[in-house]
Amino acid sequence: MNEPVKKVAEIIPDEGIDAGLARLTEDRIENTILRVLNGETGARLKVYVETCIHCGLCSEGCHYYLSYDKDPRYSPAGKVKQTLWEMIRKKGRVDKAFMRQAVVIAATQCNMCKRCAMYCPFGIDVAYLMSVVRRITHLLGLTPQYIQATAHSHSVNMNQMWIKEDEWPDTLQWQEDEARSEIPHLRIPLEKEGADIMYSVIGPEPKFQAQLIYQAAVIMNVAGVNWTMPATPGWDNSDMAMFTGDNELMGRIKRVHFETAGRLKVKKIVMGECGHAFRSVYDMGNRWLGWKMPPIPVFHAIEFYYDMIREGRIRIAQKYAEPVTFHDPCNVVRGRGLHEKARYVVNAMCDTLIEMHPNREHNYCCCAGGGVINCGPPYKMVRIDGNRIKAEQLFAVKARGARTLIAPCHNCHSGLEDINHYYGLEMNIKFIGDILYQVMKKP
Amino acid sequence: MHDIYQFVSGPLARLAFTVFVIGSLYRLVQMFVLVYRKEKFIFSFMSWKYSLRSIFHWIIPFAAVNMQQQPIMTLVTFTFHICLLVTPVFLLSHAVLWEERWNIRLWSLPDQLSDIMTLAVIGCCFFFWGRRIKLPEVRYLTFASDYALLGMVAAPFVTGLIAYHQWIDYPFFMILHILSGEILLMAVPFTRLSHMLFWPFTRAYMGSEFGNVRHARDW
Repeated sequence: MNEPVKKVAEIIPDEGIDAGLARLTEDRIENTILRVLNGETGARLKVYVETCIHCGLCSEGCHYYLSYDKDPRYSPAGKVKQTLWEMIRKKGRVDKAFMRQAVVIAATQCNMCKRCAMYCPFGIDVAYLMSVVRRITHLLGLTPQYIQATAHSHSVNMNQMWIKEDEWPDTLQWQEDEARSEIPHLRIPLEKEGADIMYSVIGPEPKFQAQLIYQAAVIMNVAGVNWTMPATPGWDNSDMAMFTGDNELMGRIKRVHFETAGRLKVKKIVMGECGHAFRSVYDMGNRWLGWKMPPIPVFHAIEFYYDMIREGRIRIAQKYAEPVTFHDPCNVVRGRGLHEKARYVVNAMCDTLIEMHPNREHNYCCCAGGGVINCGPPYKMVRIDGNRIKAEQLFAVKARGARTLIAPCHNCHSGLEDINHYYGLEMNIKFIGDILYQVMKKP
Repeated sequence: MHDIYQFVSGPLARLAFTVFVIGSLYRLVQMFVLVYRKEKFIFSFMSWKYSLRSIFHWIIPFAAVNMQQQPIMTLVTFTFHICLLVTPVFLLSHAVLWEERWNIRLWSLPDQLSDIMTLAVIGCCFFFWGRRIKLPEVRYLTFASDYALLGMVAAPFVTGLIAYHQWIDYPFFMILHILSGEILLMAVPFTRLSHMLFWPFTRAYMGSEFGNVRHARDW
């Protein structure tokens, strides 16, 4: 009859989870689960749980399931079975070992990419259900250590990477200086009140990918847009709290971001090529703050490039010759429908675009997003093994000639780099901005 | 036997329809109240256009990618649901009852077609049962209650077929047929069969989120 919830084969040590578990009692687990189930969730959870007919049709939607040889424990509903169904059935009375497994499943075996929502005949949103589990584990203090450290950084500095307040404008000035050797009058305007655009990035850009700020500055200057970057906290649009279940912190982070844009009186926010940050600003954080849509219009870099190329403000000097393929990131494609605009941009910049299959809304996830890569090295192989299907998809498109893989999302980039190295794909992985900077006409 | 027949076809039938209708309304009102109380934002995201777009793509066979990837399941599930809903309402003997009891005149199916549709429902139930046993991803999600639900759905069709053809013990199977149909009706609002009620709403919500906010397809 009903198969028991099996224990995961290998227990990966994680100080964040294990230290949290040591502090817990079963009473506290029960109270916290009931607090979330009864207090914080509503019709969505109830209807999703009661409507699911246990048909298993969501399975094909999940890259973990497909990559782990169709092991049912990795199917979307299988993950709900091992977490929420059991919590509901036992009215929150679950033990510590169960909670340990639940946090590992919710935090490291689901990227919340929502692909499965397109495979469930009822449109049940398993990503939302996993976020409920993460909320419970957050309140219990059971978050994986690495991502919790990132959330702490958000809380202290309002950025993801422990970047101090003076380091931020320093980095911008450094990149401005560097870029001036290429374009003498280039500026990265700081604190320019009334600019059309506030450009915001994620913490890792100033921390270890400063060349992306350089490239963005060149693109902005060549396009001749009236833009600015804030010199204060609020410049970082990223948000790991959204993925740890720390909704209160998510709200704080997004409030600072929007208020910074408000203080600068800009018309819109343009964001670098990051997916999860876009989800936080466009979908999750704004709603937590009570905004149906972001209070200041938010544009992902794809849309910005699209507008600039279409309006002729950026022209292409010589197209990128090496055949490219395009990876559709969940948060800007399933999350914002930017797939056709992205293809317009790619086709404008590159000679040959070879589509991978499936693509657009049905593309396989990078297996890094949803906070999974931020859970750190302990889970690296979980996500690399858990995305063999992506490697197969990329080998297939490589066989058809693609050599460069364009991924306009930071998490996708990092996850795909791991896939690239581990499976020996040997593709060049690039942001759209990398190529655009390379092929555009500069003064 | 006659008394039992009188009971199941009279008061119990009225009770079953009442429980089905009131219970379904109760569940739907309960859902709306819960949305209103705790997730009011959902109302502001709902869109008729995208709700219908999503529902439309999921009630047309093979209109969704997953349906194309699982062609046999798609054929079976559409056959099953169509026959399950149409046969009991438009069966000739039921049409007679509709008219006798409630003075509702309905168009009715030829008996031979009803037989085929009944057999289709039973066959599909066997398919679902086999699927639950055979496919690991479905077996993993299967509880005893899932088999019970399948049995409850199949029972009125199996007993109805036996009773109609009067193969064995007509009065007994007739009573069993009515009884199992009543149990099924009463179970709809209070078991996972309630997907019959909630499906259009979960679909509409996901359709609205995907269409209105995400500007993407959800099929």
